[in-house]
Amino acid sequence: MSPGLRQMHLAAHFPGVNNTTVWSDPEAGSHIDFSSFVHLAQTAERAKFDLFFLAEGLRMREHAGRLHELDVAGRPDNMTVLAALAAVTDRIGLMPTITTTYHEPHELARQLASLDHLSGGRAGWNVVTSSDAFTGANFRRGPYLRYEQRYERGGQFIEAANALWDSWRDDEQRVDPAAAAVGHGTPPGAFAFTGSQVAIAGEFTVPRCPQGRPVMLQAGDSTDGREFAARYADGIFSRHGTLEAGRRFYADVKARLATYGRSPEDLLILPGATFVLGDTDAEAHELAQEVRRRQVSGPHAIMFLEQLWNRDLSSYDPDGSLPDVEPDLDSDVRAQGSAQARSLNRDALATAREWRQRAEAEGLSIRELVIAMTARQTFIGSPATVAEQLDLHVQSHACDGFILVPHITPGGLDRFADDVVPLLQERGVFRSEYEGTTLREHLGLR
Amino acid sequence: MFRTPQLHLAVALESAGWHPAAWREPQARDADPLSARHWVEQVREAERGLLDFVTIEDRRRLHSGTATTPGPAPRARGRLDAIMIAARVAPHTEGVGIVAAAGTTLTEPFLLSTQIATLDFVSRGRAGWLAQVPTSPRDAAYVGPRSVPAGDARFDEPAEHIDVVRGLWDSWEDDAEIRDAVTHRFFDRGRVHHIDHEGRHFAITGPSITPRPPQGQPVIAVRGGSGPAAALASSQADVIIAAPKGLALDRIHAALAAAGREPADVRVLADVVAFLDRDRSAATERKDRLDGLEDTRDRSDAAVYTGTALELADQVMAWHELGYSGVALRPGAVPHDLQAITRGLVPELVRRGVFRRRYEADTLRGLLGLARPENRFGSGERVAVRDAAR
Repeated sequence: MSPGLRQMHLAAHFPGVNNTTVWSDPEAGSHIDFSSFVHLAQTAERAKFDLFFLAEGLRMREHAGRLHELDVAGRPDNMTVLAALAAVTDRIGLMPTITTTYHEPHELARQLASLDHLSGGRAGWNVVTSSDAFTGANFRRGPYLRYEQRYERGGQFIEAANALWDSWRDDEQRVDPAAAAVGHGTPPGAFAFTGSQVAIAGEFTVPRCPQGRPVMLQAGDSTDGREFAARYADGIFSRHGTLEAGRRFYADVKARLATYGRSPEDLLILPGATFVLGDTDAEAHELAQEVRRRQVSGPHAIMFLEQLWNRDLSSYDPDGSLPDVEPDLDSDVRAQGSAQARSLNRDALATAREWRQRAEAEGLSIRELVIAMTARQTFIGSPATVAEQLDLHVQSHACDGFILVPHITPGGLDRFADDVVPLLQERGVFRSEYEGTTLREHLGLR
Repeated sequence: MFRTPQLHLAVALESAGWHPAAWREPQARDADPLSARHWVEQVREAERGLLDFVTIEDRRRLHSGTATTPGPAPRARGRLDAIMIAARVAPHTEGVGIVAAAGTTLTEPFLLSTQIATLDFVSRGRAGWLAQVPTSPRDAAYVGPRSVPAGDARFDEPAEHIDVVRGLWDSWEDDAEIRDAVTHRFFDRGRVHHIDHEGRHFAITGPSITPRPPQGQPVIAVRGGSGPAAALASSQADVIIAAPKGLALDRIHAALAAAGREPADVRVLADVVAFLDRDRSAATERKDRLDGLEDTRDRSDAAVYTGTALELADQVMAWHELGYSGVALRPGAVPHDLQAITRGLVPELVRRGVFRRRYEADTLRGLLGLARPENRFGSGERVAVRDAAR
């Protein structure tokens, strides 16, 4: 470690249920077999990553009333697969994404605290809030929560979980059978939390876990989301991958911390990032082109456009020009379960106009436009170039590290681990050995 | 020629053992049910004994016993979530089935189904769910303002919960993933199904986010030999665990018949707490000593056996003759009684030629002699018709 240099944190994101993940590559393995999870988690641990990250989606995506079958689909339960990974890893943090809307605080807090015990202090939680009625159809309560209430529920959920995790004192953690009785006023584990969205009481059976509380990331980007993170989270899974946008976001969020009596180092900014490596920069760029074409097939491009146009565009040629009809604003939204589609539909007419203008100006077909807009990798180059870029982002306060999303399962991180990490270590910005044993220690959090 | 069916053996793992005072035994000094090591050791010991499966027990409340002797009072002991424990131990084993306890009343069937399916993936086909039912109405407070059914009605919601879980396990057909390079389709939506469950207690659309697990349907076990629990067990369970008392087996067979099921489709295991020592009096003395620390005489819903492993072998064979598929033993205290089972009882049953010498199957259904079920959604025609109708 070099004095004065900011240290980088790295997370490995298991390739997701979306078109970033290239399943058609000959190297692409299973997305559901445990062996794939083992491979990626062990690769990340070999490279001394801070944590292994899993996204969540509690309903299969649909398009025009039918299951969306072009992308990878099928995933395990996050908590369960991470508990199993704790058996085949030793140090790396284990971070599930979990929505506060359709989980219940007692069950979740209990499983997370159990994971923390069973992994020796490596549990995390990436908190997301949603109010997605489509997903609600898979749960007892159905679509019960209004969009504006999602952070009300989220905040209470976290406070309830914290109350459960704090319901045993540190010294109650282990019982010495010989020592036995201790006369407390309040029995350990007793809890009660009352709020407008969460009202629970009972006994928490899990003694205080090794980290006290699991490490909490947050992934919302609205003003409410940023405040929420500044108040509760240990880190943010951000979407601001470029240097300039990253610096603005970084400054914005870190400035919010003082309101809650917190310091800048109490909240880490970790943008999601994709990468393509080659022996030379030129080779990497060529490869990146190829990856983008694989990520966006013709049917993909049409479906992407349908998310905005909200009408059947199957008669259009993906290699031809954009539709001249306007988006359908009156019908129900065709794409369900896609965050991308939700954000696109907010101002469909203006967005469609922008896309048409860009396609005309640059002479792009439908597919080329979709590739240009959606499939741009964050870091492309030789290992030396990528290492330098990553370091630049961290040293310029655009972020504190990255959540890296490989596009191939399960081997997509192999080359990064072998070729980029040693260069980061040489630069003195990334650990060569784990110094602590818990995730909180890896991240330098109190 | 009459052929004795395979004998099945399971153990139920509960903290330091089933006796509430077990943690006060000198041997329990190293037992730390909050550590992964504790559970890995117990489950490996069970695997060493070639047992069909272990159950990882769970409860949402802390143990609160009352001391019957002066001196150190029993105190609350911590307990981890059983599904997390089950997943944590799975990669350390390769033969034994791992059955995690979880309730129906307080859980979301969608999440529960994906958790048990995932346990089946990480154990490569050795997962089961011990579905726990009788939740006290006051436990509703664990999930906020919601009522928990009381009386016989409390077995009605669990039956529907299990229906939903089973439906979700089938919602992907085994060959749904096609990776078709020509049409760019990763899976075939004709082979992935909405379950569209609309019942009295749930409306769940599906499909699952998790593909069909290796066993198709992971094993569901239910404890209950009488009353409404027995009705639930006989309609839903692959494995019924019941105290071998009186006419329990006859009642179970009658309930199975009433539910339209064949006895051959279900394994019925005798539910027995075991205190095993080198002679009967040592076992009895040990149990008495534990009872002196905390009285259990009125508490156990299982039969209680105190004696030697050899005598227990006779008893196990007698239950088997009677028609039980085997026994699910609850070690009074671990590691003592667990080791007496795996290193005393099992070798004796093997010597008598009634128990396996090696694992003969690589899934829990296989060990139990249960077939991998067909998928209820069949060949995908149903959804093809639905799509065509749009």
